[in-house]
Amino acid sequence: MSRLTVPKTYKLYIGGKFPRTESGRSIPIQDCKGEIAAHICHASRKDFREAVEVAAKAAHGWSGITGYLRGQILYRMAEMLEGRREEFAAAICATADVTTAAARKEVDASIDRLVCFAGWTDKYQQVLGCQNPVASNFYNFTVPVSQGVTCVIAPDEPSLLGLVSLIAAPLCAGNTVVALGSQKHPIPTAIFGEVCQTSDVPAGVINLLTGKRSDLIEQVATHRQVASVNAAGLSKKDRVTIEVGAADSIKRVSFSSLKGDAWYDPQLCASPWAIEPFVEMKTIWHPSSSH
Amino acid sequence: MRRHVDTVMVEQRAASFTRRSIKTQSKTQGLRLALSMIDLTTLEGKDSDEKVRSLCRKAITPWEGEITPSLPSVAAVCVYPSLVRIAKRALEGSGVHVASVATGFPSGQFPLSVRIDDVTKAVEAGADEIDMVINRGAFLSGHYDEVAEEIKQVRIACGDAHLKIILETGELETLENVRAASDLAIEAAASAGPIADGEVFIKTSTGKVSPAATMPVTLVMLDAIQSYFDKTGVRIGMKPAGGIRTAKQSLHYLVMVKETLGDDWLTPNLFRFGASSLANDVLRQLVRQHTGRYTANFDFSEA
Repeated sequence: MSRLTVPKTYKLYIGGKFPRTESGRSIPIQDCKGEIAAHICHASRKDFREAVEVAAKAAHGWSGITGYLRGQILYRMAEMLEGRREEFAAAICATADVTTAAARKEVDASIDRLVCFAGWTDKYQQVLGCQNPVASNFYNFTVPVSQGVTCVIAPDEPSLLGLVSLIAAPLCAGNTVVALGSQKHPIPTAIFGEVCQTSDVPAGVINLLTGKRSDLIEQVATHRQVASVNAAGLSKKDRVTIEVGAADSIKRVSFSSLKGDAWYDPQLCASPWAIEPFVEMKTIWHPSSSH
Repeated sequence: MRRHVDTVMVEQRAASFTRRSIKTQSKTQGLRLALSMIDLTTLEGKDSDEKVRSLCRKAITPWEGEITPSLPSVAAVCVYPSLVRIAKRALEGSGVHVASVATGFPSGQFPLSVRIDDVTKAVEAGADEIDMVINRGAFLSGHYDEVAEEIKQVRIACGDAHLKIILETGELETLENVRAASDLAIEAAASAGPIADGEVFIKTSTGKVSPAATMPVTLVMLDAIQSYFDKTGVRIGMKPAGGIRTAKQSLHYLVMVKETLGDDWLTPNLFRFGASSLANDVLRQLVRQHTGRYTANFDFSEA
């Protein structure tokens, strides 16, 4: 018996809920044959503002839990993604011109990336931090601490692996994230919220928007609550917009120029140096009886 | 005589005020007005002299950044009686009033003599405005004369200080009780002597009981004020307090006042917001309107 298709309009993921955009706008997404695969929410500036608001509220709790627990939660995300491997592979294939095998490879790499950063959550402190020699009666430590809210702008391709790589590093360091997913292939971003929702990720820690970069780039650049930006695949014009806004509001900015297979390289994407742009260094002087 | 209140209609009408579209210039005007109507409040056991001084600095200059035309000061700082002296000194010459809660705030469950003494001390210390709580226990037991007599005596004790009568509507159970308490409070205050416009306010809540101020409750109280104005030509003030945290909410209240009592009441002399976090949200919106950029919570001092 033939069935009716179930056409979907994917929602945003903000503050642990799945709202539609407050603007009521949606964008049809075409598959490779030019037919409509789904509709996605066309997020507005107000959606972005709302997401930053909840992310800022969630930041204290997320940075306050132990690195060990953050690691468990990131690992749980990897488990959930593993369980939905086929769904994500299909979501990648729905709009991108790739084979199922290639899509599965991307999902697997995304799972591995989450596992990798889950491992780093209670270890990057030892690599990035240090004990400093000082010529007086003090112990002197430098330790990395989280920044607050990181805004992620994911590359168009790879849609899932790019998003996961860019959010995992700031999350690992105890930042909360507002991410704008791939503009060309937004479906994996839209369903990634369901992974977050079922992985004990506290509400507001990960917020996912879909829509047009050009609508939000100015707000991302100038919003004073956003402490850092992690972006890939931006045009020169967009990079300039972000840098000018960031200079005014004192953000740390990290642009990635990775392409193709480079996204699969753990040396480039999953080292503690990928975490470093999303921490601040705090130096502590502690009195000692001798040196 | 108790007035009937149609709860369903009141709720619907109150909700209708939240559906006005207020943008750009009128939004800026509204927010500036709201800012000038705030009673910046701190009523905690841990309040210290320095906390009150910093609140007073914020009351005078809500934001240190540049904005033109410069922002108004808030209407008053609201503190416990023992901190009135500190606030008075900090606010000297600024035009910002000192309001003090009194009469055994927040419960009102003290002997009348103690409650009157509380008022007298606060007035002596320099309070320009007294926020009294009514005895809700007596009101709910039907001892209306007792409640009225207390209000009358407190008003006499206030002298020149303005009086705000807190009904604590969250404990009054029904809108009809809210209306009855409003009428009773206004009449009782009037029985102590003639009232000039804005000399007596009715106020929803202490902020210590949930629910605090809501739109329907405020609407019922505004109706009571309208009735008294129609009867006597005297303008009683209104102060919703507690639970008003966002700039948007404050605009809803202003719309409600404009569409019920009218423009006459859109002044800090006759309408106030009892709030602490509201000021920062109003400032955030004003600065956003001014600069076009979203601000961070750390851009503003704590209130």
